Amino acid sequence: METFILVFKVLGFGDLCLYPASFEYYAPASLDEAIDLLNKHREEARVLAGGHSLIPMMKLRVLRPAYVIDLNRVKGLKYIEEKGGEIRIGALTTYYDVITSDIVKRRVPILAECASVVADPQVRNWGTIGGSLSHCDPSGDMGSSILALRAKMVAKGSSGERVIESDDWFVGSFQSALKTGEILREIVIPTPKPGSGGAYLKLERKAGDYAIAAVGVQVTLDGSGSCTYAGIGLTAVGPTNLRAKKAEQALVGRKVDDRVIEEAARAATEDCRPTDDPLRGSAEYKRAMVGVLTKRALNKALADAKRSR
Amino acid sequence: MTALIYPADAKVRLELTVNGERRVGEAEPRMLLVHFIREVLGLTGTHVGCDTSNCGACTVVLNGRAVKSCTVFAVQANGGSLLTVEGLARKGRLHPIQEGFWEKHGLQCGYCTPGMMMAAYDLLQKSPNPTEEEIRRGISGNLCRCTGYVKIVEAIEYAAQKLRSDPSWRSGGD
Ligand SMILES: Cc1cc2nc3c(=O)[nH]c(=O)nc-3n(C[C@H](O)[C@H](O)[C@H](O)COP(=O)(O)OP(=O)(O)OC[C@H]3O[C@@H](n4cnc5c(N)ncnc54)[C@H](O)[C@@H]3O)c2cc1C
Ligand code: FES
Ligand code: FES
Repeated sequence: METFILVFKVLGFGDLCLYPASFEYYAPASLDEAIDLLNKHREEARVLAGGHSLIPMMKLRVLRPAYVIDLNRVKGLKYIEEKGGEIRIGALTTYYDVITSDIVKRRVPILAECASVVADPQVRNWGTIGGSLSHCDPSGDMGSSILALRAKMVAKGSSGERVIESDDWFVGSFQSALKTGEILREIVIPTPKPGSGGAYLKLERKAGDYAIAAVGVQVTLDGSGSCTYAGIGLTAVGPTNLRAKKAEQALVGRKVDDRVIEEAARAATEDCRPTDDPLRGSAEYKRAMVGVLTKRALNKALADAKRSR
Repeated sequence: MTALIYPADAKVRLELTVNGERRVGEAEPRMLLVHFIREVLGLTGTHVGCDTSNCGACTVVLNGRAVKSCTVFAVQANGGSLLTVEGLARKGRLHPIQEGFWEKHGLQCGYCTPGMMMAAYDLLQKSPNPTEEEIRRGISGNLCRCTGYVKIVEAIEYAAQKLRSDPSWRSGGD
């Protein structure tokens, strides 16, 4: 957000206008109705979930949708459930719901850890997992955990549903794989096997800020202590949330000791693509921090994995 | 059921419960809740500090969830239940959170105070017996330029204790 304000000031827009441009407001009662409205108005419309990225951008007039389609009166988009080896999370589930869910705490604690370092309590009360993923901010925290867990996104449009792998979701900065007219309905996470652990660690300038860099790690160990699964997602160090593939490769199939952890952390510094920025530091600094955070997150995730074996 | 439709630029009639009372007011869709509260409802206890979702001075509780009211549209509150700082006291008695700020000197200029109190209200609903660290995290969405936060934390500790010993305050207000 500061980046937007900065750009505005640099471009000489002078006094910021903190009142959105006018729009027509729709509050559909069903998802199909929301999809119909979205397909009628296409690029001129935006759906409203938690509103905690959309409304700030509308206030800054970065976005001026002519139609706003509020999803909050649509029933059945807010749930966390586990069945058949999968955890399903409705798009309108808030960060607060994620943090307080027993299923999340038991099965995918990385998500609770991640949601609890997003912004501040008020934002976590309102911001949604579906909104965060659709917004596709490279500094968004949720995306990295979703990559680490290799979740799938279920999108619904006028011609039905399709499932999008997390590897294909993050198309570009502020650009998800959703097509115009589609709504993200659900996030599906394969339930981690016994012997799994996860961690999300974020470095921030001040409480509640976007990350300087952050790392999400999910691992599984077999009975002999070999790593059978490694998922690592990186926040704020590339054009999108990134998967640290070399770092994952450094772990899978090996007994993970300190040497292997060092190797994976070094690989993560090669996987990331940070840029210099005036607010949160140089590319060199962020790259170094990716190494530190990866190492710490791995130690934490591995300790949990050993405990749950 | 079909969609509610509020045309752009036209004022729509909103009906909601505000601090326990039914209130009616008009807003166009783009009006932010904080402006509705201050300018239409005339409740000026809710402050605007930054207008960019950062300072928390505008925090209110909408449908049981604290929110920065500069980051939600008034139309989203239609039919809902709103608690503002004016709704904390009961029958002329200060709410324990207000009493805490009074007793522990939790304010200097007072600009951040209404938002701090509403954030504290949210925190104590979720976590009646918070540690100091939890309190600090609980108000991490609220900025204070005067106090250095120490006295605010003490005020909330006071309120937590008072609320635990007098549960009649726990339910209600909103
Ligand atoms: C002060 C502040 C601090 C913040 N700090 C952080 C932070 O540290 N880390 C972080 O990750 N985020 C942060 N955020 C952003 C916050 O997490 C947002 O809530 C989140 O990015 C968007 O979720 P939302 O539900 O609010 O979405 P909205 O704002 O409602 O929507 C965002 C975008 O996604 C689209 N959209 C929403 N839901 C769907 C859907 N189901 N299908 C299709 N499109 C959809 C909307 O049309 C819009 O374009 C912060 C926000 C604020 C105001
Ligand atoms: S005025 Fe709403 S957060 Fe500052
Ligand atoms: S008392 Fe002055 S801003 Fe907090």
